[in-house]
Amino acid sequence: MKTLQIVETAYRATVEEQDDTIVWLTHAMTGAGGQFGMLLTGNAVCYAVHGQQVPKLTIGEWQQSHAPDLGADVSALVAKGVSLYAVEEDLEERGLRDAKLSESVTVVPRDELPRLFEEYPRVWKW
Amino acid sequence: MAASLTIAIMDAPFENARTVTVFRLVQAALKSGHDVNVFAYEGAVGLSFARQAAHANAVHGRDAAAENHPLPRVWIEQLLGLARKSGRKLDWVNCGLCVDERGMGEAIDGVRRGTPADLWKMSVESVNSLTVGTR
Repeated sequence: MKTLQIVETAYRATVEEQDDTIVWLTHAMTGAGGQFGMLLTGNAVCYAVHGQQVPKLTIGEWQQSHAPDLGADVSALVAKGVSLYAVEEDLEERGLRDAKLSESVTVVPRDELPRLFEEYPRVWKW
Repeated sequence: MAASLTIAIMDAPFENARTVTVFRLVQAALKSGHDVNVFAYEGAVGLSFARQAAHANAVHGRDAAAENHPLPRVWIEQLLGLARKSGRKLDWVNCGLCVDERGMGEAIDGVRRGTPADLWKMSVESVNSLTVGTR
């Protein structure tokens, strides 16, 4: 059963987790045999922007070994067969419509979302 | 065999009203004859933490007994009891890695440790599923 994961909350605890919790969850469930698509909405459309980086965190003498790499994480989902979408208007509102986006993302106007939802028997909004 | 529903929840206890809403939904589903699966993800693994303790409330002028402060672990125990009494199944699964991150391995009886694969399997076997993400 194909499931569309709608991700809206972005950068929630990503430094601590070293990933996005729902992107990670989707990786794990894909590994368990699940079939997924992922729609980025709201601030989460930023995950589709190519080349974003966050420095490794240092607190006192403790230094993070692996900073989150959300662009790579969503691209890796695509490599596992997950279709990736981003809402066009949410990109525009954030000045990202002309930004370099991941080649694997399909930009979808908001009024075409119902058609996208029809392709998935199950839709999970996070 | 009763139809089952699967609910995924992410919020930690004592943070917002979504948690109470989920508990009410689980109760309503059990009372209407459904089996229920709950996958507690991230902070929601704290809902079943066995060391939650009620406290007195000086602002309210009540001692701990009179205050009867709500504890999510008690609500889960009550829902597990409701399921048993009504012949339904409540399968409450904590994400194991989320438990480890938080050091919350001491869950109440009746709650089990699992993985995202459990969420996937439970949802496939359910007539419907609901995700309650955090903000």
